[in-house]
Amino acid sequence: MNSINETLIPKIGVITDVRIDTPDIKTFRVVTPDGKKAFDHKPGQCAMLSVPGVGEAMFSITSSPTNEEFMEFSIKKCGCVTDWLHQAEPGQQITIRGPYGKPFPVDDVFAGKDLLFIAGGVGLAPLRSVINYCRHYRDRYGKIDIVYGSRSKDDLLDYKEIIEEWSTDDGVNVHLTIDNPQEGWDGHVGFVPNYVKELGFDTNKVAVLCGPPIMIKFTLDGLCGIGFDKTNVYTTLELRMKCGVGKCGRCNVGAKYVCKDGPVFRCDELEELPSEY
Amino acid sequence: MRKCSLEKINLLFAEIAKNAELYLPTQQTDGSAAYKKWEEGSVWSNALNTVRSPKDFFFPQTENLMKFKTEGKSIEVVDTRNALDDFVIFGVRACDVKSFDVLDRVFLTEPVDSFYALRRSHGVIISLACQRPSETCFCKTFGIDPAAPAGDISAWKTETEIFFEANTQKGKELLEKLSALTEECDDTVVSEQKEKINKFMDKLPLKNVTTDGFGGGKTKELFDLPEWDELSQACLGCGTCTFVCPTCQCYDIKDFNTGNSVIRFRCWDSCMYSDFTKMAHGNNRLSQKERFRQRFMHKLVYYPENNDGMFSCVGCGRCLAKCPISMNIVKVMKKIGGK
Repeated sequence: MNSINETLIPKIGVITDVRIDTPDIKTFRVVTPDGKKAFDHKPGQCAMLSVPGVGEAMFSITSSPTNEEFMEFSIKKCGCVTDWLHQAEPGQQITIRGPYGKPFPVDDVFAGKDLLFIAGGVGLAPLRSVINYCRHYRDRYGKIDIVYGSRSKDDLLDYKEIIEEWSTDDGVNVHLTIDNPQEGWDGHVGFVPNYVKELGFDTNKVAVLCGPPIMIKFTLDGLCGIGFDKTNVYTTLELRMKCGVGKCGRCNVGAKYVCKDGPVFRCDELEELPSEY
Repeated sequence: MRKCSLEKINLLFAEIAKNAELYLPTQQTDGSAAYKKWEEGSVWSNALNTVRSPKDFFFPQTENLMKFKTEGKSIEVVDTRNALDDFVIFGVRACDVKSFDVLDRVFLTEPVDSFYALRRSHGVIISLACQRPSETCFCKTFGIDPAAPAGDISAWKTETEIFFEANTQKGKELLEKLSALTEECDDTVVSEQKEKINKFMDKLPLKNVTTDGFGGGKTKELFDLPEWDELSQACLGCGTCTFVCPTCQCYDIKDFNTGNSVIRFRCWDSCMYSDFTKMAHGNNRLSQKERFRQRFMHKLVYYPENNDGMFSCVGCGRCLAKCPISMNIVKVMKKIGGK
């Protein structure tokens, strides 16, 4: 019976650090009670976190797999579990199970290519994992461009890391934008899809998108408009999930289960699915 | 093949119940049948099938998964599973036996659902051929022979006798234990009955229902058909079809605070419900039409696509009998199939 994966039974996780990122996003550092990583994961994979009595929900793992000490989750306050987590203090135990889902193809498809990451709002959370993975193995990839936009300067996630680490890397270009002009902001102003078109990238890159559905839609249209092929564009989906292993039926779209066949999809694969995501 | 006189059937039940819990369709006060644990005095129902399917035996309507004890900031996870006794389900119809195959492909594929697997490993299924299938039956549409049910042991009943044939090791072992009450026989009577049942099937109103036009890879063709509007218009979203369905397997996981601990349990859920896919940032199936379409597309297209063409319907007819607005999978198949 040991080969049977007790997939619904979680491990204990301890929140060891809570970082306030934006007015509604906090980043939680999680380890096991003996101070280790709960499990290994690949960039783009997710974990089920729960607060007993409150609920369980799926979150993307924002820390890179190359971080061997802990996992991080950037979580926006928007429901029962997330509201509760936002009140949690270091030392609080939660439960954790995973990893779930198909990761980004960082070791084959992405290898040797120029990469373009495009994120909106909390959509940077799943991309941070893959961005930091690619920065860690910098010589395996070509040029890296990162386009990231949010409502305002205060809503930019991981701002310190973006400015102090990503922007100073060789061969990494960061393009930030906010929706509306703001005092103290001398960067670009405007929505992500338009900014991507303005920047006008070479189309021989692999592009990775994550953000609100509307941003993904317009950005994808924009990328195709400037000549990107959908087979070179990846995104990561989010649907309601309960089991995480393709059995409870909740995240089923067409013949796919987002929790196990996704959350990472290539945009041409998405076209084969009914538009229910 | 072995047989036993129906006069001795209660002795046979008692013999089975000596070593395992025995469940069988028992006559209810309203004349319907429900699987109940056999005890001295239980009346084996003559009804064709039970109101609820036997999926409860392996995938109960509610089931505790674990318990949490919390103290301050600490949490302890407690495994609440008890050792399970062997049990025998007697009188399972061919359609319902097939439904276990459909569920197995969900719960026993990696990662295996240990809760389901444990129950499955402890259950022995004695099926029963249908002497007189009803007008809501369409198991043959899915290649199921009501006269030749699968299971660990297959059984056929006549006016005076019951015949048994073991199909698996588990079945052989159980039948051996019943050897004092049964005697060896040939299959003449059973063969005659099989022929009679199949002739009768040809007279049933749903004999021509076909899966033509459905199956894996048909998403693009079927998803946007205008017929879904009309078909789903009267759907109340009550979820009755999913609850009586032997193959519907969607579930929810919830926590219950008992006051001194938290029980995490799972329970049947329904894709027909509006909150099934509701998230903090929205709902990807806002209308009943979308939810209705999901249920039938899953049974007739998505499931077969992932399971070598096997459909997630066994033609048991429960949804035909129970839907309050008389909508059902047969109407969907007739309206949309072959387009």
